[in-house]
Amino acid sequence: MSTQTELARHSSASTPQTGNGQAAQRSSPIETALRPPVDIWEDKDGITVCADMPGVSKDRLNVRVDGNTLLVEGQLQLELAGDAEALYADLRSSLYRRSFALSGELDTEKIAANLKDGVLTVHIPKRAEHRPRKIEVKVA
Amino acid sequence: MFGIATSMPSSVFDELWRLQQDVEEMFGPWNIPAAIRSLPRGSFPAVNVGQTAERVDVYLFAPGIDPKSLDISLQQNLLTISGQRALKVEDSVDYYRQERFSGEFRRVISLPEDVDPDRVQAKYADGIVQISIERRESSRPRQIQIQ
Repeated sequence: MSTQTELARHSSASTPQTGNGQAAQRSSPIETALRPPVDIWEDKDGITVCADMPGVSKDRLNVRVDGNTLLVEGQLQLELAGDAEALYADLRSSLYRRSFALSGELDTEKIAANLKDGVLTVHIPKRAEHRPRKIEVKVA
Repeated sequence: MFGIATSMPSSVFDELWRLQQDVEEMFGPWNIPAAIRSLPRGSFPAVNVGQTAERVDVYLFAPGIDPKSLDISLQQNLLTISGQRALKVEDSVDYYRQERFSGEFRRVISLPEDVDPDRVQAKYADGIVQISIERRESSRPRQIQIQ
């Protein structure tokens, strides 16, 4: 199984986007998706998810919230010569996918995502009423 | 009917082991020998190697590194890549998962014998280091004209 054929198969099919989640989640029955390693941490403002997705450019990245599920998907693109054959392959798929169930205090309307050098950072803020507030004491 | 001649009745685990062997033989290519310098699955960085008649391309999946910190060397057909990825660990936050690799790494990859160590190019984009090594002219397939 060569990387080339996998990539070719995928670029012709690209990622089907149906807009309303459900169907798109089962978009790739043949190819096993890669599970990108993540770091997840929480501070007083919200939760940050950091994922390694090398080879994914901005236009091949899909970060989406479906109900309370955060879905991260990306298409790996290698610069290959037309007749290249694989000699060795640690990565045998060209699709990254991972999802997380969010909880109610997170504000899914204000998710911010940033992609740099193959590292995706997603910040999900907490709703204002769930952030620890400092109460100012006014001196009369 | 060969029950006595073959091995003793085996435990469930032996059966499972044999089943696994059968599956691996059927669906290969897991039973092909592993390269002597290959690392276990999931090691950082993952590597793919592709070849054409003209060159060999090595792809290193190394997101979020400074490409200047990489040390890439090629001796004959042995490619050595070492470097480090130092992830910033946030203070005063609670971590739920820390799956991403942090620290020093080193990978040695044995390439086809006919690569030319004098003609190597490397670049970094979207977290992938691509190292392209030209192959020697003499070993390329040549079209032979009939006179």
